[in-house]
Amino acid sequence: MSFVTPEIAWAPLAPVIIVLGAAAIGILIESFVRTPATRRIVLLTLSVVSLVAAAAVAAVQWATLDGAGTIVLDGMMTVDRQALAWQIVILVFGALGALLFAARTRAGEEAFTPLGSVAPGTAEETLARRKGFQVTEVFPLALFAVGGMMLFTSVTDLIFLFVALEVFSLPLYILVALARRRRFLSHEGALKYFLLGAFSSALFLFGAALLYGATGDTNFVRVSEGIATVTGLDPLILSGAVLVMSGLLFKLGAVPFHSWTPDAYQGAPTPVTAFMAAATKAAATAALLRVSYEALHGLAWELSWLIWTVAILSMLLGTVVALVQTELKRMLAYSSIAHAGFILVALAGFPADALSALPFYLLSYGLATLGAFAVITQVRERGEDGTVLGEATRLGQWAGLGHRSPWLAGAMALFLLSFAGIPLTAGFVGKFVAFSAAMSEGAWPLVLVAVIASAAAAFFYVRLIVLMFLTDVPEGQEDAVEVDHSPLARAVVAITVIGVVLLGIVPGPVLSLFENAGVLLLGAAG
Amino acid sequence: MFPILTVMVALPALGAGVLWALPAAARTRAREVALAVTAIELVLAVVLFLQFDTAAAGSIQFSETYAWIPQIGASWALGVNGIGLLMIVLAAILVPLVILAGWRQDDAPGRQTHYLALILLGQAFMVGIFAARDVFLFYVLFEAMLIPLYFLIGSFGGAQRRYAAVKFLLYSLAGGLVMLVGVVALYFAGPGGEQAFLTDNLTGLELSTTTERLIFLAFFFAFAIKAPMVPVHTWLPTVAENARPGTTALLVAVLDKIGTFGMITLGVALFPDAARWAAPAIIVFAVISVIYGALLAIGQVNMLRLVAFTSVSHFGIMVLGIFAFTQTSIEGAALYMFNHGLSTGALFLVVGFLIERHGTADVTAYGGLQRVVPVFAGTFLVIGLSALALPGLSPFVSEIMVLVGAFGVAKVAVIVSAVGVVLAALYVLLTYQRVFTGPVREERASTPELSLRERAVLWPLVGLMLVLGFLPGIALDTLREPAADLVSIVSIEEAGE
Repeated sequence: MSFVTPEIAWAPLAPVIIVLGAAAIGILIESFVRTPATRRIVLLTLSVVSLVAAAAVAAVQWATLDGAGTIVLDGMMTVDRQALAWQIVILVFGALGALLFAARTRAGEEAFTPLGSVAPGTAEETLARRKGFQVTEVFPLALFAVGGMMLFTSVTDLIFLFVALEVFSLPLYILVALARRRRFLSHEGALKYFLLGAFSSALFLFGAALLYGATGDTNFVRVSEGIATVTGLDPLILSGAVLVMSGLLFKLGAVPFHSWTPDAYQGAPTPVTAFMAAATKAAATAALLRVSYEALHGLAWELSWLIWTVAILSMLLGTVVALVQTELKRMLAYSSIAHAGFILVALAGFPADALSALPFYLLSYGLATLGAFAVITQVRERGEDGTVLGEATRLGQWAGLGHRSPWLAGAMALFLLSFAGIPLTAGFVGKFVAFSAAMSEGAWPLVLVAVIASAAAAFFYVRLIVLMFLTDVPEGQEDAVEVDHSPLARAVVAITVIGVVLLGIVPGPVLSLFENAGVLLLGAAG
Repeated sequence: MFPILTVMVALPALGAGVLWALPAAARTRAREVALAVTAIELVLAVVLFLQFDTAAAGSIQFSETYAWIPQIGASWALGVNGIGLLMIVLAAILVPLVILAGWRQDDAPGRQTHYLALILLGQAFMVGIFAARDVFLFYVLFEAMLIPLYFLIGSFGGAQRRYAAVKFLLYSLAGGLVMLVGVVALYFAGPGGEQAFLTDNLTGLELSTTTERLIFLAFFFAFAIKAPMVPVHTWLPTVAENARPGTTALLVAVLDKIGTFGMITLGVALFPDAARWAAPAIIVFAVISVIYGALLAIGQVNMLRLVAFTSVSHFGIMVLGIFAFTQTSIEGAALYMFNHGLSTGALFLVVGFLIERHGTADVTAYGGLQRVVPVFAGTFLVIGLSALALPGLSPFVSEIMVLVGAFGVAKVAVIVSAVGVVLAALYVLLTYQRVFTGPVREERASTPELSLRERAVLWPLVGLMLVLGFLPGIALDTLREPAADLVSIVSIEEAGE
């Protein structure tokens, strides 16, 4: 067997190369620029510039795309409008995330621990803090994650999909562990995320192996051809498909693969939570779509029970458990589980419309998520001596925020209304197109469950709005919470507010862009 | 053509924006600004009414259509027929009066500005909803409307206002989301394309029986919550008890009409077969609402709750009129929507004035007031009598039209509902007796008489009721044709079966 060097078309890979290249350069900067403050500025600039540049290149590719798309890397990856749409969405989330990573309080405190390797509460930690150390590695790590996610959306081979999954997951495990405050919680979250993530990777890999065994290939198209030749139920194929889907559903955070979500969301530094919640969900959805439509569409009927069950469980559990949360980040974590259910509703029966509906859904969801967590980073506890402490994430601490800081609370209310799917916000249009996609395949009972879950979910979103606007600050607590103005976090809030409102009132242009993206180069829907 | 309807939607919304943008120093003038905006809106409404061609009241007039989200078939399409016109006029009349009624609410200027801005925003949504000719647009406004109302109820009002606001929101949202399923399903059942949601394109669809029935039920559920029908009415008394009387007046007098309005323009007009199929069951619920609402009203000691329950009863009569499908009953129901707005709006406001004086809505805390404040008592009595549909006052005309019109179709229902009308006499007169007759209570002896401003709020409403009581033709002219069209839609379908 001789090894043939594959022809590589480099141009279609440019956005990914830019991001991963910037990540590599970021690591070098990490070694060569010694002053933490300079390093932070340089890395922030590098991240934002490279992400925006990659998005620009992707946009140019979109405009000049030849036909439906290009197959690159010997069929391991396709660059079609669907992939480019997701890449641009993820790049936007990445850039907003990077801004949030760099945000600091007025006292100059950032969200990350000064030195990840020292144990919490030790003398070394105090020393590192005093010396002004900063883990600026977070920027290249995030870039690696973004690069991996971009690959994840366009890969058309099970093995390469696994590689992409690990490329974006490993940096996230590290990022989750780097919180500056409540470090034990952060470590706990990261460990859970890592262990369960490894477990789900194993499931995915096992499923891929089974599919390979049954069909003789790992390429999506040939897997689907292999599935088509089999008549009746092949246990090998079915279990392989279910395991592969399970691995992806884990990344999506759907029940019963959700248990990492609340701990990771709560423990992670809030900027990481924001980035992870928005971008991981988008990447996981993109991969779910591609695997479903290109490799497993022959099993649409067999897999529909899985999608239905997981969707209903996610919506119900996410909603019901979120109702009783008293911690804000955990509440949003459970709300994200419910949203994973809504995403799966659109996927039920593999309707063609989902290919254009879900990018919009995830864009609107991600913007609101980034915005909401950006607000959370600014609401801080205040110590006895007036110093600004960590984030005030107990629900009760948000009482009366609307009187104290009407604009910030108003922005938060907008994001919550968007989560709840109230008209004139992006979330409503997202829900509308997602539910339309499900209805086009006749999944109306699922849509009915989804709207009932939405109505129940509105309760806990509204509860926070009640707290912020209709409740007075508790007696003696007037000084317990302080709103800390960080220009970067404010910028993120402003951008996401504009995005959520615009997408809610004039979604037309973006919808028609994504309509163009609703074509896969390969597979049944293409 | 001048886009008068779009302007009427935009003007109050802009007014709300201006109020919120007012610098702190100028906020003491917020009331004047709000009143001016609503006055211009009222002038526009009068122009609209005068320009309206009553000879073609059944067809949509002042029509405007712009592409909005063509990707999902939604358009910004406005236009009114006779029914929509009257509702917009009603809103335009009531909003300035509500603002005037709340003139002396002792609030910090900032809070007052916020309240007025929310009211104006509410008016923008109301006009949009009554003029919407696109199901998607209707739905969006129908749901978005909840946000200003939620804050109106939750931020301003009595002790349990937060609970009331959440209860209101969850009820409405549950209805709205079920309706959303119907809206989405309608998209797939309809013609599709860039104007898929225009009502013109959705009228006369050939749907399978099951689809039509399910979509109709999804819509009806939302409307039944809005126009509170037993058993989904329980949010209304809670809200009425806790919100400001002005807010409740708007809510019950205008907003809840969206429920009955939707039943007519979307429910029956788009799904006539399903509407006829469901009519017997709906009539049963309507009659239950009439009786149950009236009985509970008799049992209330809180006047705000009492008025809320009388409305539940009256909405039952409107629904009965709509689903009896006769020319007279539908005309009567549509007229009742307008008259009930005047009557209940006035009732909530006058009760509000009483509460402003003594801080309680409890009837047992009053007595003998007619000797202290005769003008107040007289005004209260006239407004109360309008609620029990006394001949000479406009609600009588509409109520009798519904009952007479429906009699040929649903005898039992009409006979039972007529009992509800008798009960109305009981709850109105009992209340009047407890509050205004009997010995003067010492602590109430210095109750101030109705002020000039308060008269300016209530008397125009009373005057309108008197005028329409003797000359109902003014309003009926605009309703005859829409009602006839609706009857023909329902009966053509019937003949086709």
